[in-house]
Amino acid sequence: MNKTKQPLFHIVKRGEMPWYFSWGIRAAAIVLALVCCGLISTIVTSENPIQIFVTIFDGSFGSSRKFMVLLQNTAMLLCIALALTPAFKMRFWNIGGEGQALAGALASAACMILMKNQPNLVVLPCMVLTSIVAGALWGLVPAFFKARFGTNETLFTLMMNYVATQLVAYFSVVWENPKGSGNIGVINPNTMVGWFPEILGNKYALNILIVAVVTVAMYIYLNYTKHGYEISVVGESERTARYVGIKVEKIIIRTMLISGAICGLAGLLLVGGTNHTLNSAIVDGRGFTAVMVSWLGKFNPIWMILTSFLLVFLGRGAGEIATDFGLNSSFGDILTGIILFFIIGCEFFINYKLSLTKTSKKEEK
Amino acid sequence: MNKIIALLLALVLVFSFAACGSKPAEKAPAADAPAADAPAAEAETATLKAGFIFLHDENSTYDLNFINAAKEACAALGVESVVKVNIPESEACYDAAAELVDEGCTYIFADSFGHEPYMIQAAKEFPEVQFCHATGTQAHTAGVPNYHNAFASIYEGRFLGGVAAGLKLNEMIANGEFTADEAKVGYIGAFPYAEVVSGMTSFFLGVRYVCPEATMDVTFTNSWYDPTLEQEGAVKLINNGCKLISLHADSMGAPTECQNNGIPFVFYNGSAADACPDTYIVASYINWAPYMTYSMQATMNGEPIAADWTGTLENGGVALKELNEAVAAEGTAAKIEEVKAALLDGSLKVFDTAAFTVGGATLDSYLADVDDMGDFVPETEVISDGYFHESEFRSAPYFDMFIDGITNLDA
Repeated sequence: MNKTKQPLFHIVKRGEMPWYFSWGIRAAAIVLALVCCGLISTIVTSENPIQIFVTIFDGSFGSSRKFMVLLQNTAMLLCIALALTPAFKMRFWNIGGEGQALAGALASAACMILMKNQPNLVVLPCMVLTSIVAGALWGLVPAFFKARFGTNETLFTLMMNYVATQLVAYFSVVWENPKGSGNIGVINPNTMVGWFPEILGNKYALNILIVAVVTVAMYIYLNYTKHGYEISVVGESERTARYVGIKVEKIIIRTMLISGAICGLAGLLLVGGTNHTLNSAIVDGRGFTAVMVSWLGKFNPIWMILTSFLLVFLGRGAGEIATDFGLNSSFGDILTGIILFFIIGCEFFINYKLSLTKTSKKEEK
Repeated sequence: MNKIIALLLALVLVFSFAACGSKPAEKAPAADAPAADAPAAEAETATLKAGFIFLHDENSTYDLNFINAAKEACAALGVESVVKVNIPESEACYDAAAELVDEGCTYIFADSFGHEPYMIQAAKEFPEVQFCHATGTQAHTAGVPNYHNAFASIYEGRFLGGVAAGLKLNEMIANGEFTADEAKVGYIGAFPYAEVVSGMTSFFLGVRYVCPEATMDVTFTNSWYDPTLEQEGAVKLINNGCKLISLHADSMGAPTECQNNGIPFVFYNGSAADACPDTYIVASYINWAPYMTYSMQATMNGEPIAADWTGTLENGGVALKELNEAVAAEGTAAKIEEVKAALLDGSLKVFDTAAFTVGGATLDSYLADVDDMGDFVPETEVISDGYFHESEFRSAPYFDMFIDGITNLDA
């Protein structure tokens, strides 16, 4: 029929689709990712593929401790993703979550080290206050320049990450213990000054609870408050926002203060709640992974619970495979990379579809 | 073209169906296999499951030395092992330890100095598991009964390496390659703290034991593993007139440079006879297998493990790798045996106060910070009976003085 040669497939933009359809595609991508990981692991280890999938589940549900670690890691990733979401909603590309969380972590650690002889009643409130302020400040700087001079926030927030990393590296040497190690080590291991109390008999429970509260609060803030509405309007169109009398600069600065403050809170939870130390890798790339959590969750805090859980679950499973089958830890990273490739790639198939060229006429109805 | 693509796609489809199809078929044996294996395995090695935490992987000579020792010790005792590599000195070490406990390990070993606080943290949380940590300093004061340190009197091995180096210098002087007052050795250290300073001093004392005129230049990389910096350090020392090189850092950077320049060197942790056949003389190393065997055996038998264990020439914790006869001076093997015997019977002390001076003076007293309480306050007198008692009050080294004859190029 066609005289000119056409490619076998062509790409068509999809219209609206019901939510179960898009989540069906995502589920299919995860299944495919797991099959692919299973195949590669089978080839490398010559183990039974079923055994490999069992191992992935074992990484998260193998023991009650592993399950709590899964929840804790999910909570930390979710916390930073929640922090980034209001900024993203207003189309402010805050990729500085890593640095804002590090700033909070640095402030908490400073309180623990410098006030080691004070009672917890004094130290803990100081940690909460300083880390939230430090995170907010780290968010404020790029927001101020964006609002005042129209600087590029993507580059600015990214650069602020490196500043925070180097600051932490510097203080790791200043506060090193033991001397000569270049590491801070566990802070106040005996007096436990600045350590969060255990609740429900588990050291991770408090963190998880705090993040749960933040999740609900963020959901309400974005969907049912005037602030949340203003953020959406600025995100949709700055001009419309100006036209209806919204002060865009004010919204940018206010939203980034909140974004940075919640990142600072994440840093506080990491230092005071679980790790009780400080090093430049303490946030562990969550500032960047959180970007993905927020996007995949469509900026909806409730969906983001699911996406962060999924990413942590798959990541821990990949690590478990590397350990159980005696492979180098890099193998876990390879599997995580494959999984992320599928998850991000599937967004393409949600927005577009491949059609066989033969049937193209029908598509164009 | 289209047909080819269609064909390929079809193939992929068939392939993936085949992959999916084959799984259910394999399911039945898979489900049975673990159940059948587990009891059998338990019956055979109901003894011990050991977990190992290593800072890097086998590309680091330091970690490779541990990995080999772990393999040897586990094989000898029939112990099942779980290994975690590339574990940084951070809370990742605690996480790794906790995961190993989850895996059912009742013995956990970590190999890097900075792992210590996290090992102590894990030891407090899992009192039924034995935690052994190499190169740490706090076990004898931490008061955690299931946490243990180990190190070795590696200064004895370094001294023997120094003797081999000194003999080589003597041979080169005798051959007229340079004069006795030009006899200078170079040393590449990782960090300027006690572990490295103690090692370089004992190496230098070994050199001077046979070649009294020798001096030494030292440079530090401030990293345990950095091939480029270590190579640059070697270049710097060679340009500065060093005739022979030794080092305390973990990569092959410096040996490669020595091989390229025809400079003989004394290595550490492992043999470089294959990589550098024309310049490698000998290497001292800490053999961790005796300690691992001892501590795992004790764990199996429910016996106590020493809080602070020191490997020595006598118990096999300190040893030399193969001597490269092609490079070493004639009679080196015999001389090493002779000196080793003198060290073993105590007639020769490496840190004999008569053998060195600090700031022009002979030492008769020195306080070292043996009890590492985080206060950096030296509290223990370590010189008596005419020698510095290294690794006797605690396994980890505490000799941290720069003696006369050693020049720090970075100072």
